[in-house]
Amino acid sequence: MPAHDVLIIGAGLAGQRAAYAAVDAGASTAILSKVHPVRSHSNAAAGGINAALNPEDSWESHAFDTVKGSDYLGDQDAIEIMCREAPQEILELEHMGVTFHRNEEGLLGTRAFGGASQARTYYVADITGQALLHVLYEQLLKRHENLARYEEWFVTSLVLDDDGQCLGAIARDIRTGALELFSAKAVILASGGAGQVYKPTTNALICTGDGIAQAYRVGAPLMDMEMIQYHPTTLAENGFLITEGARGEGAQLFNADGERFMERYAPNKVELASRDVVSRAEQTEINEGRGFEDGTIALDITKVPRKRILEALREIVNIGRDFAGTDITREPIHIRPGQHYIMGGVKTDVLGRTPVPGLYAAGEVACVSVHGGNRLGANSLLDTLIFGRRAGEDAAAHARTKPQRPMAQSRLDDEQRWIDGIIARERGGRRVSAIKDELGRTMNEYVAVFRDQAGLDKALEVVRRLKEEEQASYIDDSGTVFNQDVLGAIELGYMLDCAEAIVLGALERRESRGAQYRTDYPERNDEDWLKHIDISRNGGDPELTYSPVTITQWEPQERTY
Amino acid sequence: MPEFTLKIRRFLPESGEAAYWQDYTVDLEGHRSVLEGILTAKADQDGTIGIRCSCRAAICGSCGVRINGRAALACKTHLEEALEGSESEDGEIVVEPMGNMPVIKDLIVDMDAVHWKKIQRVTPWLLPEGDPPEREYVVPHEAMVDVTQSMACIQCGACVSDCLSMEVDPDFIGPAALAKAYRFVGDPRDGQHSERLNDLAEDPAGIYDCTHCFNCIEACPKGVAPMNQIMRLRRAAGDDYEINDRNNGNRHERAFTSLIRDNGLLWEAELLPRSYGGDSFFGKFAPAAGLELVDSLPSITRAVLRRKVTPMGALKPHKIPKEDLAQVQQIYEKIESQDDRFELNLYIVGEEVEGDTEVAVETEGSSA
Repeated sequence: MPAHDVLIIGAGLAGQRAAYAAVDAGASTAILSKVHPVRSHSNAAAGGINAALNPEDSWESHAFDTVKGSDYLGDQDAIEIMCREAPQEILELEHMGVTFHRNEEGLLGTRAFGGASQARTYYVADITGQALLHVLYEQLLKRHENLARYEEWFVTSLVLDDDGQCLGAIARDIRTGALELFSAKAVILASGGAGQVYKPTTNALICTGDGIAQAYRVGAPLMDMEMIQYHPTTLAENGFLITEGARGEGAQLFNADGERFMERYAPNKVELASRDVVSRAEQTEINEGRGFEDGTIALDITKVPRKRILEALREIVNIGRDFAGTDITREPIHIRPGQHYIMGGVKTDVLGRTPVPGLYAAGEVACVSVHGGNRLGANSLLDTLIFGRRAGEDAAAHARTKPQRPMAQSRLDDEQRWIDGIIARERGGRRVSAIKDELGRTMNEYVAVFRDQAGLDKALEVVRRLKEEEQASYIDDSGTVFNQDVLGAIELGYMLDCAEAIVLGALERRESRGAQYRTDYPERNDEDWLKHIDISRNGGDPELTYSPVTITQWEPQERTY
Repeated sequence: MPEFTLKIRRFLPESGEAAYWQDYTVDLEGHRSVLEGILTAKADQDGTIGIRCSCRAAICGSCGVRINGRAALACKTHLEEALEGSESEDGEIVVEPMGNMPVIKDLIVDMDAVHWKKIQRVTPWLLPEGDPPEREYVVPHEAMVDVTQSMACIQCGACVSDCLSMEVDPDFIGPAALAKAYRFVGDPRDGQHSERLNDLAEDPAGIYDCTHCFNCIEACPKGVAPMNQIMRLRRAAGDDYEINDRNNGNRHERAFTSLIRDNGLLWEAELLPRSYGGDSFFGKFAPAAGLELVDSLPSITRAVLRRKVTPMGALKPHKIPKEDLAQVQQIYEKIESQDDRFELNLYIVGEEVEGDTEVAVETEGSSA
């Protein structure tokens, strides 16, 4: 049985940053991921990472923009920490080797981003997430003697002892099918979001809410799950992302009448209002018949000088050409709002600790909450790195105070029986892929930019039916080597748990705030709903409770851009 | 909706059977990707098909496969485009695992055994000199844009798959790892340029093991152009650090270019001696050249016997008309008179589009 001080599940930016920190703090560390680390979805974060590093900027300004962006649902103590520590984090990444693009003086260059009062987004062309991810992986390779890497291992369950302390996890070696108990004094979940609950989504196929569901199943509460971000610029057909960096560089949005409609919705920031505002505006234009025939809006990137596009937006030139047949340097590209990010997740404190002792979470899987009702662009990379590092450091410290505890072998046998049971299911029910498809379409229809009671009731009914059907769903592959089929069945279970929590949160929050817009409750209602919705499942049905939002220095105000 | 037939090479390691081909027919629009085709077959027909994939948008680098015999990302290849490239009589799109790497299952190859091992070979992390500055390193904007081309690599392994040198010499460090090496050599913050270049030039499986076949450039889905990065490593090693490697790589390149400059065509009898003995008429009298000559005698004899060369044809330089030679030499003068080395870089130069005057001007501007 592999035993480590700190076991990190997920090897995107949060996981890798946690591993880097835990190793440097002297902990025996392992990082485990269902894909090779550089395949992680952090790759897709194109535009950049925010920090008030410029002498004219201030962390307070960054923090206020974030608080306002969150529609006052973000916890201000956590936001203060993130924004204060951001500049040092950027410098550390730069020293590590990230090839941030420079300004004319050779200093770190910035670009503008949505919802920000200053240009404070640091970037590597439009492959910022990829550059960060690959450079951090370089650092993990450098630390190979002190870091165990389990690449292409799939976690099936977290394991707690009778006192509710996290003891480790059970994982399947995808390459051999072997199941192993991983013992750890601290476990950090860094396994990303749950975008695959929706169809379409900008998220990769691996974003199936694994960590969110694993934590939920062992009793950790989830928070603000209803807060699902729709990104304003995704390709109509397949949901692929066109970075906000395009608008940051000067691209504009037009409706079918040729009107730059954002001037009506956000007279000051126009296209660079926060994402919930822009997505809602687009959806309104489309719903009121001013979109294009295919239900889209035009994003005109030709406003950006061609040389600048080729240098700084190369990736979307490729995406436009390869996936939409559009040369973005010459003509507008058709986009619409699409599911992109989950602000909610496993509830943690500012050190990444969940209420389950020994269990941490960081990155999109977690909800600290720094994003509240709506995340600002280029704050997600920052969130992963700041809270990944903080979780890694605290987990290493926690591990020093704890003995290694044994895990019962019987737990492994039970898990094996469960997996064998999935493989052995009769072909009576539906295919796993069919259930996943219906789930995604249902969520995108009823739990999207605009929501109401009737639609959410319908969504809940469908999700609960799919949960039943999932129990009898079947797969084809009975092998051990790379049996992706059985992993898909387990992921479907994770996704359904996430979906149920998302719908329950959306039903519960009877107001409109950030990404949650209820047409039947169109106003923000601070008196009743300036609070987090926590969902937990202690062995039984989901239970909803509330927790307060931490306000330090910014009282809620009306939010305009 | 059109129908496409995917002919997938299956290998199920637990079955004990050899690899075999299996056809799947899917109904999808032609601009949908081969990956969507495979995933549709997997979802509706056969969940046992193995393929790594995640982002679907050519960012994560998971779905490298061979389509109609050439390495590509399945997600970035349209079905109709793949059909056009099909050489099969029945119009099947042939999908098989990447080359140069052992197959684990179906379209899944063991990248750890080859690709990642080679990446680790080039010390793939920044080695700055001394302590970092208090703030950021101050470096030119152009330098960071320049290395962005190799940073754009997503480690998909397509170039490794189709590398002809690696097929012959499995030890070859290879296109992906060498492109990664350029990411450090081109980075002004790295303090070990000389050590890195010496290491890669002296290694028999290093930068001079590439044979310019261009396969990696064609295979790369991200415009990294690994071969160009290898050539830039060579120029840095030979021109900037004057590394005369023990593989005779640098001398060979110099002999090549000066023979063409002087004669307009290659002079084979001089090429190898000079590559070993040094780039001048007297190179062939150096001991190293003598040893090489003795070493090569059997192949020379064979070539003569098989009438591949005639003794006089090989020993005398080939002649071209004077005005042609003058034109060749003009090219040399033009390139050598430039202050900066001409570097091809996607991010700086932009791609060349036919009939696009704007870009053509830009290309000329950056080469001047």
